[in-house]
Amino acid sequence: MQQTKKPSPKRSMAVATPTKNPAPSVSSMISISDFCAWYSDFQALHNLNLEIPEKRVTAFIGPSGCGKSTLLKWVNRMNDEIPGARAEGSISLPDREILASSTDVVALRRRIGIVFQKPNPFPKTIYDNIAFGPRLHFSGLTKSDLDDLVKWSLQKAALWNEVKDRLHKSALGLSGGQQQRLCIARAIAIGPEILLMDEPCSALDPASTAKIEDLIFELRQQYTIVIVTHNMQQASRCSDRTAFFYEGKIIEEGATEDVFTRPKEKQTEDYVSGKFG
Amino acid sequence: MNSTEPITSPPKPEHTFRSLSGVYAREWVVKTLLAVCSVLSIFVTLAIIYVLFFEASRFFEADEVTFYDFITGTKWNPLIGADKHFGVWALVSGTLWVSLVAMIVALPLGLITAIYLSEYAHPNVRAVLKPTLEILAGIPTVVYGFFALTIITPGLQLLHGGFQTFNVTGAGIAVGILCLPIVSSLVEDALRAVPRSLREGAYGLGATKFEVSTKVVVPAALSGIISAFLLAISRAIGETMIVALAAGTRPHLTIDPREDTQTMTGWMVQMALGDVSNFDLSYLSMYAVAAVLFVITLLLTFAGNLVRTRFREEYQ
Amino acid sequence: MNHSKPDKPNDSSHPLDAIRERCPSKDRKTLDRLFRLFCIATASFTILILMVLLVSIVGQGVTSINWNFLTHYPEPDPAQAGIGPALWGTIWLCVTCGVIALPIGVATAIFLEEFKPTHKLLRFFHAFIQLNISNLAGVPSVVYGILGLTLFASMGGWFGSTNEPTFEVGVRYFDQFYSAGDRALLVPVEAGDPPTIATLDMKALTSDREWVTANVVKSRRDIPRDPEARAFAIVEGKQAGRISKPSWYYMRLPFGRGVLAGALTMMLVILPIVIISSQEAIRGVPNSLREAGLGLGSTRWQVVWNITLPASIPGIMTGAILAMSRAIGEAAPVLIIAGVVFITSNPSNLMDNFTVLPLQIFNWSGRPQHEFRDLAAGGILVLLCILFAFNAAAVLIRQLTQKRLS
Repeated sequence: MQQTKKPSPKRSMAVATPTKNPAPSVSSMISISDFCAWYSDFQALHNLNLEIPEKRVTAFIGPSGCGKSTLLKWVNRMNDEIPGARAEGSISLPDREILASSTDVVALRRRIGIVFQKPNPFPKTIYDNIAFGPRLHFSGLTKSDLDDLVKWSLQKAALWNEVKDRLHKSALGLSGGQQQRLCIARAIAIGPEILLMDEPCSALDPASTAKIEDLIFELRQQYTIVIVTHNMQQASRCSDRTAFFYEGKIIEEGATEDVFTRPKEKQTEDYVSGKFG
Repeated sequence: MNSTEPITSPPKPEHTFRSLSGVYAREWVVKTLLAVCSVLSIFVTLAIIYVLFFEASRFFEADEVTFYDFITGTKWNPLIGADKHFGVWALVSGTLWVSLVAMIVALPLGLITAIYLSEYAHPNVRAVLKPTLEILAGIPTVVYGFFALTIITPGLQLLHGGFQTFNVTGAGIAVGILCLPIVSSLVEDALRAVPRSLREGAYGLGATKFEVSTKVVVPAALSGIISAFLLAISRAIGETMIVALAAGTRPHLTIDPREDTQTMTGWMVQMALGDVSNFDLSYLSMYAVAAVLFVITLLLTFAGNLVRTRFREEYQ
Repeated sequence: MNHSKPDKPNDSSHPLDAIRERCPSKDRKTLDRLFRLFCIATASFTILILMVLLVSIVGQGVTSINWNFLTHYPEPDPAQAGIGPALWGTIWLCVTCGVIALPIGVATAIFLEEFKPTHKLLRFFHAFIQLNISNLAGVPSVVYGILGLTLFASMGGWFGSTNEPTFEVGVRYFDQFYSAGDRALLVPVEAGDPPTIATLDMKALTSDREWVTANVVKSRRDIPRDPEARAFAIVEGKQAGRISKPSWYYMRLPFGRGVLAGALTMMLVILPIVIISSQEAIRGVPNSLREAGLGLGSTRWQVVWNITLPASIPGIMTGAILAMSRAIGEAAPVLIIAGVVFITSNPSNLMDNFTVLPLQIFNWSGRPQHEFRDLAAGGILVLLCILFAFNAAAVLIRQLTQKRLS
């Protein structure tokens, strides 16, 4: 390994320095203020204000079409690829404004990973799927670096034992749940600080869902996680904070327990008790 | 009929139901007619095979020709002199040369254009580029032949004096322009068939558009792209009017792309143009050459279709 | 450097923490930008090619176009030459080919899309036809030309030659005499008759289709001076020349190198295109419509005739127009069938010799003289205008009917 450890002054803020025991800090990782978003003429989000704490799981809940996925995709600028999508207001990390046109989206997405609703492994081998991101972002990787990284990522995603004998087989041969864990492993392989999950379990069976929920619980020690979900049990099981969206607005936001057991708003109460949605 | 009228009981049928036997008889007749039309396509294939190979076999029955000399020979001069040679490689090499030049033009340009159209182009740009390609695809081949003869070749001669009036490069470039829209539209279809989710996955990992295109989308669409390439090659090999106009009529082995040559299709045209009597040997050789051409293009088309159907299954 | 291998799954340190020095994204973004520029350059090049092609053809050809050019036959003098017979030949070929190819093509498409069998063996047969059609679409058009030459033009020699056809209908033969007054006198004969020899009191037709009795005289000395009598005077024993007068429905076997052989050959070329585009149009009709029809107790064909076909007609027509424009522009098969012949009249029946616009262009392009190349460019302009009109019609149909079903 030729790489030597060098301090990286520029990136010191950007790089998460993982610790074995994360301090119970509640400092804000993402702050959203006066955020509005449009698809062409349709305003999808109205004046959102929200703080997303570091190393916690924040869940976005709400009926479909309420704009929670839209917000999630603006956090790492995935909406740049959609023609007609635009936004106003601010979404910022501690050290930079995400929506600024000067923001390097490539560098941004390296810090903010995303897992999609449907598992989307590339039609490559399992190994190449994990190695795809690191090969883009890191120069001078040796074979053993990559091997270690692939193993580490798959272990983190609780998939290693299932696939260690078939690393060089096509990822399309995995089951849906395995594919989704592969996508999580692929996302953490480049060492992001934030993981966005857009209904990661909606396409999976209950057993796979349980595994992914366990995984989210493990990962929160190290990553700031934002999860969009339809499933209220899931939100209450694995999130620390919950924001309830309705018709493009945040109706209520707070500690998960409070939102589910002592909702302040009538709409929230109706939704969490299953009266609509 | 007035909507305010009170609803009464439904009208009683004055007639009994029409007998179904007439309906079924008509159904049977129509179905048979349709089936006959469909089977016609199989007869066309059989007719091609029968005609080409039957007439070609008459060609090989002649004393002057042997199948072995035909398949391995490199000299082709059936018209002049007593010492006639029927070595098909002289024609095949001409075809391969022209197709090679054509593919050097069409494959990279078509691939890049397709990537641009599918991954990069703004809808406004697409609105210009797509019709341009459609117009190029709709232009008759004889027009490209004219273009090769009057614009491309003089242009080449301007760049380098060594180009002859009829030459491989000029014809090849024109065939390449002809194949460009075929390549770009087939490749674009293949690229667009790659699910959006794969692109999103790569963008989510912080890939640039270039990386998404070259490392995810193109590999995922590879079999579709290969199939497009094979079909384009097959089209170039079978192209007739351009080479008949711009490539020349001297069949010989050459490695100089500035020289003239004759392709398999060019020979067929020369035979059809000349008033050769029906049972002349060189006239029969047209069938043998056509059989070779048919086999080559059929194999390429077959391979192209095979690769493409396999690709479709990959994403259900 | 201390790069520890993670042995526990929950080791939280990222293995690459040691080499956090990341590849700067700046280079990658530059590459991305360069590639975009490269793409734009390539795409512009495509547009440039089309521009150069159109400008050069318009520049060379626009001076040739005038009424003379559209109506005259291709005389050897470039100043007088025109595309009249080629234009008419194109129309004849296109109409004949369309009348044959479209019904067969649409019928095949209906059979393949709407009458999918359930039996395993028949399903295999269906798939085989489908595969066969996509392979036929890849056969070079020149090969179809050779097939047509053998199958339609000469019919493999089974029906004799074009000059002595085994079967013909709609043609009358005459033996033609030239009288002393240089009038043509026609004696009707049958195809196989021996040549007529002028005899006394011979009845003949004038060119005005009037029956007259020829004034047959014994020798040249007996030819009357009077011009009236001279007009019908023929010396006894004079030999006649055989001519044929085909009517518009003239038909023979083998077809010879005429319009019908050309049209049938062209049908083979465009049939796969018609089939494939019609299949796509039929496939575009939502299944719910079919199910609704079947649910009311319609038979398959009743559903096709009353529901599927009306709904897919715009798509089928678009495909048909594009196939016809292919038939108009295609030269290779017609070249094999018709050859490059000097034609001075428009075709008058399906067996008539003919030429088409692309062939006339081919003929002129191949000549070294500059004037003929200008004529070729003029022909190309006319051809492109026709094709443009066809394509515009197709686009129009697509636009007008696009929103109806959705």
